Formats: sequence, C-alpha cells, structure tokens
Amino acid sequence: MEILLIIIIGLLHAGGLYMLLRRSMFKMIIGLILLGNGANLLIFLLGRLVKGKPPVMEDGMKVFADIYADPLPQALVLTAIVIGFGLQSFAIILIRRVYNVLNTDDLDDLNSTDEEI
Amino acid sequence: MIVLPIIFQFIAGTVLLFFWQKSNIQKVLSILFSMTGLAIGIWLFLLVWENGIMVTQSGDWKAPFGISFVADTFGVTMVLLSSISGLAVSIFSAGSMRKERLDFGFFPIFHFLIMGLQGAFLTGDIFNLYVWFEVVIIASFVLLTLGGKKSQLEGAIKYVSLNLLASTLFLIAIGFIYGLTGSLNMADLAIKLDNVQNRGLVSVTSGIFLVAFGIKSAIFPMYFWLPASYHTPPPAVSAIFAGLLTKLGIYAMLRTFTLLFGGDEFMGDIMVVLAALTILSGGLGALLQQNMGKIFGYLIICHIGFLIAGLGMYTELAIMGTVFYLIHDIIVKTNLFLVSGLILKINGTQDIRELGGMYKNFPLLSLLMAIPLFSLVGIPPLSGFWAKIFLIQAGLETKDYVLIGFIVLGSFLTLWVIARVWGEVFWKKGEHLPKKANGLYFSQMSKTDQWLMVFPIVLLSGISLYIGFGAENVIILSQRISSELMDPSGYIEAVLGLKTMNP
Repeated sequence: MEILLIIIIGLLHAGGLYMLLRRSMFKMIIGLILLGNGANLLIFLLGRLVKGKPPVMEDGMKVFADIYADPLPQALVLTAIVIGFGLQSFAIILIRRVYNVLNTDDLDDLNSTDEEI
Repeated sequence: MIVLPIIFQFIAGTVLLFFWQKSNIQKVLSILFSMTGLAIGIWLFLLVWENGIMVTQSGDWKAPFGISFVADTFGVTMVLLSSISGLAVSIFSAGSMRKERLDFGFFPIFHFLIMGLQGAFLTGDIFNLYVWFEVVIIASFVLLTLGGKKSQLEGAIKYVSLNLLASTLFLIAIGFIYGLTGSLNMADLAIKLDNVQNRGLVSVTSGIFLVAFGIKSAIFPMYFWLPASYHTPPPAVSAIFAGLLTKLGIYAMLRTFTLLFGGDEFMGDIMVVLAALTILSGGLGALLQQNMGKIFGYLIICHIGFLIAGLGMYTELAIMGTVFYLIHDIIVKTNLFLVSGLILKINGTQDIRELGGMYKNFPLLSLLMAIPLFSLVGIPPLSGFWAKIFLIQAGLETKDYVLIGFIVLGSFLTLWVIARVWGEVFWKKGEHLPKKANGLYFSQMSKTDQWLMVFPIVLLSGISLYIGFGAENVIILSQRISSELMDPSGYIEAVLGLKTMNP
C-alpha cells in the first residue's frame, strides 16, 4: 500500500510541476491542484498507515494496548483540502475574469505590468 | 486572553460586513476598530513586557496535543506593529479609496487580513501557522484584485499562482516534520527535532521551509512576483502589503530557523549568499525603474536582503540587528507607499520623469515626506542607521566581510535611488501635467479627506523619528527579543507546562 501511495504522490507532483511549467493559465491551475492533492496524500502517508485499528479504546481501558491509526493527519488533510478548495476556486474565477478582460490564455501575453512605462 | 487581538479583528470584520455598501459608516467604524485594536496591541505588549511569555491552550488541551497560542516578546511586538500599520492604512484608505472599491467590501477584508497576520504572530503551532498564512493570502488576493483593473488582474495572476505554490510547499514541509517527529507544536518540535537521527531529512525539510517562506518574503531567486504585482492595487493596499505581508515570511523564517532548525551552519551559509544576491538585485532593479510604485517595490526586496543577512549570520547581535531592522522596516515601508499614494493623488501619475516641483508647491508636505525617504537610507540619526550599525558590527564579529560589503553596497544603492526620486519628484522644475478627467485630485478633495490622507503619514513619520531618536529603548526591546529567540528554553518551558495560563 505504501509503495502504491508513494508512486501516486510522485506522479501527482511530477504531473503538477509539468503542468505548472506550461504557458497556458488553465493548465497552470490544473498543475497547482495536482500539486495540492499530492501534498495532501503526502501528509496522509507520513502519518504512517495502519490498517483496521481505529483510534478507539475498548471498554474499561485507560490507554491504548495496541498500535492504532493516527487520527491527526486525517484532520490535517481535511483542513488542507478545505483551504485548498477555497483558494483554487478563487484562482479559477480569477482566471476566468482575466480571460474575459484580456482575451488570452497565454501567460506570455501578461507582461504589461513588467514593461517599463 | 492572548487571542483577544485576533477575536477582536474577527468581530470588527464581521460587524463591518453588516454595513455592506454603506461606505461612510464603514469608514468611521473601521478607524474606531483600528484604534481599539491598537489599544489592545499596546495592552498585550505591556502585559507580556511585565510578565514574560504567556500561553493560552485552546480548548484547554495540554500543550503538545492542542493548539497553543504563545505571546512572547517577538510575537506581541509584531502584533503591535501590525496594529500601528493597520490604523495608518485604515485612516488613509478612508480618505483616498474610491467608492466602488469601498462598496465591494474593502474594510471587512482589510480587518480579516489584519486578523490573519496577528493570528500568525501569536500561534505556537506550525499547522496553525499554515492556516493563518492561508487566511492572510486569501484576504490579500481579494484586496489585490478589488476594482478589477486590467493591470491588477495581470499582477494578481502572478501573485496568486506563486503564493499557492508557496503554500503547497509549506504544507509538504509540515508533512515531513510530522512524519519525523509526530508533533506539530513548535515548542515540542524544538526538543524532538534535536533527537531525530536522520539529519539529512531534517536539513531537506528546513530547505523546503526556506523556499516556501522565501517565495512569501521575496528573497533572491523567488522575488519576481513582487515588482509585477505590488504597484497595481491602490496605494493603501500596497502599503499594507509592503509593510506586513513580506515581513510575515520573514517572521516565519525567524521563528522556524531559530526555534526548530537553530544553528544549522549549512542553511546559514545559504542564507548569507541569498541575502547578498537579494540586496544586489533589489537595489539594481530599483535603479532601473521609472514608476514610483515599482521603485519602492524593488526597495522592499533590497531590504529583505538585510533581514535575511542577519538571520544567516546567526549570532545574538545579528538577530538583534535583524529585529531592529524589522521594526524600522514595517513602519517605514508602510509610510513610503502612503507617500507614493499621496503623490499620486496630488499629481495623477507615479512616473518620476513626469513629476516635479513638489518642493516648490508643497514645501511642508515635502519635508514630511523626507522623513520616511531618508530614514530608509539610514542617514543618522534616523531609524535605518541604527539597524545597519548592528548588522555591520555582527558581520565584523563573524568575519563575513563580503556580506558587509554587500550591506554597504545595498545602503549606497538605496541612497542613490532615493536621491534620484528626491531630485526628480521634489526638486526638478515641474511641468504642468495634463489633468485626467476621471480621477479625483488632491486639490479637489474635501478638507477632511485631505487630512485623512496626511495624518497617517504624520503618525508613521513620528514613530520612525521615535525609533531613530529613542533608539536606546528599541535596542533594549530588540535585545530582549533576540535573547529569547537565541535561547528558546524559556519559550519551551512556557508552552509545555510550568507557567500555563488559561483564558
């Protein structure tokens, strides 16, 4: 399972970076989304995977007797997903607006703020 | 108790949301809220100054498990500075901001931005720091794009995409840290990271942190978004960005690289090199530009270099110099952009080739504007001078002579740039500029609006004069901060038990 997740994370990061380096704005956002998902899976993996051991104590126990699944990474990933969703939807709206105003999807056309005027 | 500034700003933003599109009420309320926020900032500062580090455990969860809020001297100083800049910008925007922008919720978002900043300064949990970073950047996205001009949208694309990338990197680094130690509390991490066997992975993680915060604070190879976007929004927004947003990255760096990865020599060397290149590229960039907003944008980068330099040398004196510089820089950079905003309102342009004759037409205003401009250069006894003295002294101690050379070169470049601005804008004979039909000029404004624009500059100039002439007090403050940062045992003890205070 770990090996599979590692490969998926690697693919997501590679794909995300590749898309980020493209000139199209739309592909850039897709790249950022892929990268964000990769980061989320990474946190999930680094919190150690434990199968079938929920972090719930049995009746009458004071401490965990056995190894258990860490609930914290899941909470972190959930928070990160929500935050990422907000930011990404803002970015998509922004790109739509830029496309309407400037009528281009090519990042190389967005150089008027860098020009010396 | 410590979270009071954060909660207060949250309430301020929420209350302002109820006055949607009633911009006159919003103006008054926002200034009042900012004043109260400043009072709370001063109160918290004095409390921590008397009692030492204070800790609030949210939900009363014991330290390494819950989210701790820590008010140490560094944190509360930053809260205080952010409320001062917040007040100044709030007054300035009440005078200068156009009604279309105010109607679309400038003030509520502005207070949420300040809330995010103060949350980041007070939190003691690294994931919580990430969350506050996100609050700050989403608020800054809205402020940057508010108004929807063509250049704003173009700048926003660059700003948004690079900040999203930086956040993702920050998240990845947090994932690594959690995998290494199983903790997120910064005080707990400071102990646990020392005992990690896999030093290589710790170094890699600190490298990811450096890149993530480096993008946020615009250090050398990662600064290109800043001059492309900071001059596009209205000057009041640029002022708060310039004063506080890049400094948030510096704050996070100072925190992580003293508390978590303290004294890593390899990273220190990298930072020294980056600092030198940042100073050089920022200074040279500023020399080339003709637009005042862009010139000041490059100067931000140049002075970020000074801050990184102190952190890279990593001695108590160097950190002290950095903290002093940070205090000076927040006030002066905010003021600088307010000045450029005022010049824009008076003349209708920010191109220094077209401007001129300010000194002849507005002698008193020009004298006022001279204070931030020349304290930026560091002409003694103004505030920039003292900070540079300590940085250079620290450099002599650690024998970083090349870095000292770059710091002196950076100061010289700043002097050159400011002299150029002063000569072109204030002393050059002014040509009569064609008036644009759609803009509202300073001379056409009501007396109240004019005062609302001048007063914050007076306020901030007064504070930077105080930093210059009352330097011994600021030195005591910076010494205390740097000794707390260099010896984190007090911080760790306060968070992990012993001196816990509940709200």
